[in-house]
Amino acid sequence: MSGTSTYVPKSALGKWFESRLPIIGLVHSSFVAYPTPRNLNYLWTFGAILSFMLAAQIVTGVILAMHYVPQANLAFDSVEHIMRDVNYGWLLRYLHSNGASMFFFAVYAHIFRGIYYGSYKAPREVLWILGVIIYLLMMATAFMGYVLPWGQMSFWGATVITNLFSAIPLVGKSIATWLWGGYAVGDPTLNRFFSLHYLLPFMIAGVVVLHVWALHVVGQNNPDGVEVKNVARDTVAFTPYATLKDVFGLAVFLIVYAWFVFYIPNYLGDADNYIKANPLQTPARIVPEWYLLPFYAILRAIPNKLLGVIALFSAIALLAFLPWLDTSPVRSAKYRPVFRVFFWAFVAVCLGLGWLGSQEITDAYVLAARILAICYFAFFLVVLPLLGLLETTRPLPPSIADAVLARTKGGSANVAVGPAEKSAV
Amino acid sequence: MARPRRASACRPRREEKRLGVHLSGEATVDQSRRDFLFIATGAAAAVAAGATVWPLIDQMNPDASTLALSSTEIDLGAVPEGQILTVKWRGKPVFVRHRTKKEIEEAQNTPLNELRDPQSDAQRVKKPEWLIVIGVCTHLGCIPLGHQGKYDGWFCPCHGSVYDTSGRIRQGPAPANLEVPEYAFLSDSKVRIG
Repeated sequence: MSGTSTYVPKSALGKWFESRLPIIGLVHSSFVAYPTPRNLNYLWTFGAILSFMLAAQIVTGVILAMHYVPQANLAFDSVEHIMRDVNYGWLLRYLHSNGASMFFFAVYAHIFRGIYYGSYKAPREVLWILGVIIYLLMMATAFMGYVLPWGQMSFWGATVITNLFSAIPLVGKSIATWLWGGYAVGDPTLNRFFSLHYLLPFMIAGVVVLHVWALHVVGQNNPDGVEVKNVARDTVAFTPYATLKDVFGLAVFLIVYAWFVFYIPNYLGDADNYIKANPLQTPARIVPEWYLLPFYAILRAIPNKLLGVIALFSAIALLAFLPWLDTSPVRSAKYRPVFRVFFWAFVAVCLGLGWLGSQEITDAYVLAARILAICYFAFFLVVLPLLGLLETTRPLPPSIADAVLARTKGGSANVAVGPAEKSAV
Repeated sequence: MARPRRASACRPRREEKRLGVHLSGEATVDQSRRDFLFIATGAAAAVAAGATVWPLIDQMNPDASTLALSSTEIDLGAVPEGQILTVKWRGKPVFVRHRTKKEIEEAQNTPLNELRDPQSDAQRVKKPEWLIVIGVCTHLGCIPLGHQGKYDGWFCPCHGSVYDTSGRIRQGPAPANLEVPEYAFLSDSKVRIG
């Protein structure tokens, strides 16, 4: 993690340590002296919020694992044991289950922010792809975690998702059996999902390190989408500016999180998951958690099993190709008036698909889901490649400082901003 | 590498002859021999790596205790005409359907060209009045509901697949007919599945 390290150890012990393991200097250059664009808005606080959520999920999860039993006959009861008997067990479980939802809420804000401001464009392609990998790992982790309470929705959700692999020609059935460790979802499946659910968050943490590393090599994007040209004029130090902004953003976020945990802890869950898993009875309606609904709607929209599964996975995989599908040299939607319209249309399509994914299947809804699925793919495969060639973009500001000062109007672009004056702008 | 030269100039050549290699001159190394050693070592390492990894992968396949539970016996006397008995076999439901005359006729009179996964009714039953199929939707594994759907067979509530009275797929996203397990009639009223 590069950056301008101005760290000088003061004490003799500090000097002794730093010359042997320069970790304090690394942290200092990455999170204290690190220059951040001075025009960052609150959408840029989601990175810190996501880091907090990962840590929170790991802490609550490790604690829950002390009381949970990953055995098909005992799992459901052990979750109720956590809810009723374990000291503060209800709190820890609600924090963990709602934490997953808040984690996804934050990651969607983070992803859409990246799309709106073109954060995936050169030189940030690797940074973006690492983010897509984190998102994939998050979905796998959340899915396996949802199976652990061994309720009806856990069991049948696991059945539907693992059966996706049976669509693969020739080897599909063997892969499904291998995933299950039996002929259907059962005790061996629960056990291995628990093991992997414990492992994957640490893999996410590993990729997060790479993500932050890549971020600190190429630098942050910003709402105006122009690169930092002059560190003194265009940036402010990470601490205190970004740190305090992140802390405030996190505090607001935690209020929402706490509101869910303490007032409507089951609002985002499914009542069927409070019924113990029954392998002989499918619930009337199988719905995944809200954060997977748009993809579920795409799966259901296609009347062919293999093609449906391919559409589901390519809907996610397309994200990784975004840096090359978007042909526009201009990053920020601020300067792309037509893209901005399509961006909000894309958000609406995703929300629409999400809503359809939660509904029962009727002909009208299937038709609507098909139309929206086509729109979803068209955004990536038609709109983004063509828009870069056809759109007339607005003129970009010469620098971040110019963009900021133009907005405050009174200021002049020529004012030199030294470290002491930064806070005045 | 600066090695002191040997006193005798002809000694290395004698050594070369003894070892069967050329230490100097154009053909210094037998390249094909090197290639062979390189490929052989690489192949052995790949086999060793595969053999090491295989147990780590295969442990996830069904274990001996799961495989041991692979057959079950059913008393058919308890199933009146028109009803469907659901039994658990290998962790999955099996539908044992005592079909009515009308249901048998419907199943037998369906033209094969109307079917997505063409199979005649005779290929799917051993005795026409007993239809035995695995009760798992071939789409994504839900359990279809009996006596429902347009063809009076089964309807899957998850993604809307419709099966007929022979358990054949007629509508919806499922690609194949309900699977027929291996089974045998032990007597007129007893059947063993698996």
